Amino acid sequence: MEKLNVYAAKLVPKNENFGQGHRACQGCAEALAVRLAGKALGKSVITVSATGCMEVVSTPFPYTSWNVPWIHVAFENAAAVASGVESGLKALMRKGRMPQRKIFVLALAGDGGTSDIGVQAISGALERGHDFLYICTDNEAYMNTGIQRSSATPWGASTTTSPAGKVIPGQATWKKNMAAIAAAHDIPYVATACPSYPFDLMEKVKKGARVHGPAYIHVLAVCPTGWRSAPDLSIRLGRLAVETGIFPLYEVIDGKYKISIDLPKLRPVEDYFRLQGRFRHLTKDMIEKIQERVTREYEKLKMQERMTGGE
Amino acid sequence: MGKRVGMEVSIAASEAVRLANVDVIAAYPITPQTHIVEHLSEFVNNGELDAEFVPVESEHSAMSVCTGCAAVGARSFTCTSSQGLILMSEIVYCTAAMRLPVVMVLANRSLSNPISIWNDHTDVMSIRDCGWIQYFAENGQDVLDHVLISYRVGEDRDVMLPVIVNMDGFSLSHVVEPVELVDQETVDKFLPPYKPSVVLDPTHPVTMGAIVLPSCYTETKKAQDEAVKASMPIILKGWQEFGDLTGRYYHPIEEYRTEGAEVLLVTMGGISETAMWAVDQMREKGRSVGLLKMRLWRPFPFEEFRKAALKARMLVVVDRAISYGGPGGPVASELRSALYNEPKRPIVANFIAGLASRDVAPFDFIEMVDRAEGACKKGTEPEYEIYGVRE
Ligand SMILES: Cc1ncc(C[n+]2csc(CCOP(=O)(O)OP(=O)(O)O)c2C)c(N)n1
Ligand code: SF4
Ligand SMILES: [Mg+2]
Repeated sequence: MEKLNVYAAKLVPKNENFGQGHRACQGCAEALAVRLAGKALGKSVITVSATGCMEVVSTPFPYTSWNVPWIHVAFENAAAVASGVESGLKALMRKGRMPQRKIFVLALAGDGGTSDIGVQAISGALERGHDFLYICTDNEAYMNTGIQRSSATPWGASTTTSPAGKVIPGQATWKKNMAAIAAAHDIPYVATACPSYPFDLMEKVKKGARVHGPAYIHVLAVCPTGWRSAPDLSIRLGRLAVETGIFPLYEVIDGKYKISIDLPKLRPVEDYFRLQGRFRHLTKDMIEKIQERVTREYEKLKMQERMTGGE
Repeated sequence: MGKRVGMEVSIAASEAVRLANVDVIAAYPITPQTHIVEHLSEFVNNGELDAEFVPVESEHSAMSVCTGCAAVGARSFTCTSSQGLILMSEIVYCTAAMRLPVVMVLANRSLSNPISIWNDHTDVMSIRDCGWIQYFAENGQDVLDHVLISYRVGEDRDVMLPVIVNMDGFSLSHVVEPVELVDQETVDKFLPPYKPSVVLDPTHPVTMGAIVLPSCYTETKKAQDEAVKASMPIILKGWQEFGDLTGRYYHPIEEYRTEGAEVLLVTMGGISETAMWAVDQMREKGRSVGLLKMRLWRPFPFEEFRKAALKARMLVVVDRAISYGGPGGPVASELRSALYNEPKRPIVANFIAGLASRDVAPFDFIEMVDRAEGACKKGTEPEYEIYGVRE
């Protein structure tokens, strides 16, 4: 049944935690990821959002897109607020002031809110072992404030603070591997996902929510506005990120790596870059340099899978 | 009547947190607040308090945890000092605006640089406008009582605001004082369980902390201002009821030997007790000097202050914080503006003293009064002075 689920679109829950009417751009894969996560989690969830696109587009007072309890406090503290929500529920249930029942706690933040300014709060929350799920929707820049680079912006990408200049051609550093950082906390569940693979994403969200303790899911989310790509290509771009090996899908369950979609042969990275304005300036040499690294990193991931016995 | 025992004031604060049956404690160590967190974690680990102790990785997260758990209806506590306070200050403002009644004890300490672990009020004055109710304690009893009073007042459905209890670092936090504990039965009578009208609950989904555009932002701030002002009668009621149960009555401004006083010293926090000594000495010499002790800083008790201050010819305000290049200490500035509309108002002399625990002895208060009197004779309001600077 579990396997069958993967192909049975009709079995996708109809409920929407993140309803229509939000103000995300056309083709926003971050909004899609949040919507799919909501379907996977069901109604018994409290969502904590960090400042960023998803917070801003979903709650322009007096409107809200949230059909489940939702709170936003600040930019860098979604993991800490979620820690508070979880601790509060735990204390209230234990002390008999609230009926015992399963309420998932979901923290949602962008790549900036996670791997830059929020990295301390998330590390603290993962280390303390709160029972919650953290989803980072990674569109590879600070989109809400106008496409500034983050530590998750890939090498070479042009953003408003890593412009493709005559001397420095775009982002000068390699993308920070936040999933690996989460996994280094020895938490029970870490995964990468992409809304271009909706059933895989939903399964991972369910798994992450159900494990006892912290779970972290790093979601690559295409942002047509920031990536300078056509809104109707968002799903295709997500698939290309996976098929080129630039963003491999995998899980780390109790320390065991498991690649979700194995790729016997990686597509050339150029197939992915061609469709995005942020990479338009890349030279052949630069593309080659990236290709080398992507291939090497993918091999490393496969080796981690073999070494941890997650196959 | 509770039992009177000698205890360190930090322990008295922790006892109050235990008596309040707090659900979640999130705090990060910083001198001179540490004894409170240490004692609370002992309570939790020994099963004397049924609470979640969240050993956060920073003060920023401490306040975030408290905010999150208050939003699901749990009673929360944190405490900090100095650098910890300004690190968390971003969230301190959020908590008040979200109307979540967290209680925080501040063991007041100077701000860096230069780093100083000692006591003054520069930390709390940096968040003066954060929208919390703010008390200043004078002694250990005050601290214990005000932790309990803070929950009662802050959680009142007509208030729903977080509350700060300020106590001087070291000179209060680390001294052993006679404290009368309140028995659990009395606490339970005084402090009902926290039951906010709105919580994050999947059976009744709400959105908290939405983005508000310029079309409504002013209105939310007006509402917040009104809420802080409207807390005054409930603060007074809280004190009255606490007094009826314990025999200890508190007031926004407390007067000491003010009968017929032409000059009033004005103090806040622990130095008030030293100031009382100085007043006694001056009174003995036949000088017409009294003391006003400010217990409530926010909401500012305009009415009570004017009533007490207008009887005098001069106020000698002792501030424990600086506003660099500004109009003087924050307390004096506010008192001055509170008096501005009065046709016949006392002269306000302002001394900034006791920075980083620099001793302010009784004779210093006498010296300040003398200097202020001297300046006053010239007929002009003296400029503020940083008192006791070594030349
Ligand atoms: C302390 C603080 N610093 C900076 C900001 C400004 N800010 C708001 S959202 C944002 C970028 C968000 O980027 P990301 O987390 O990647 O989310 P996205 O908008 O891309 O989904 C920034 C820099 C802020 N709100 N708070
Ligand atoms: S800027 Fe990007 S992430 Fe933000 S709403 Fe638009 S498409 Fe989505
Ligand atoms: Mg982003």
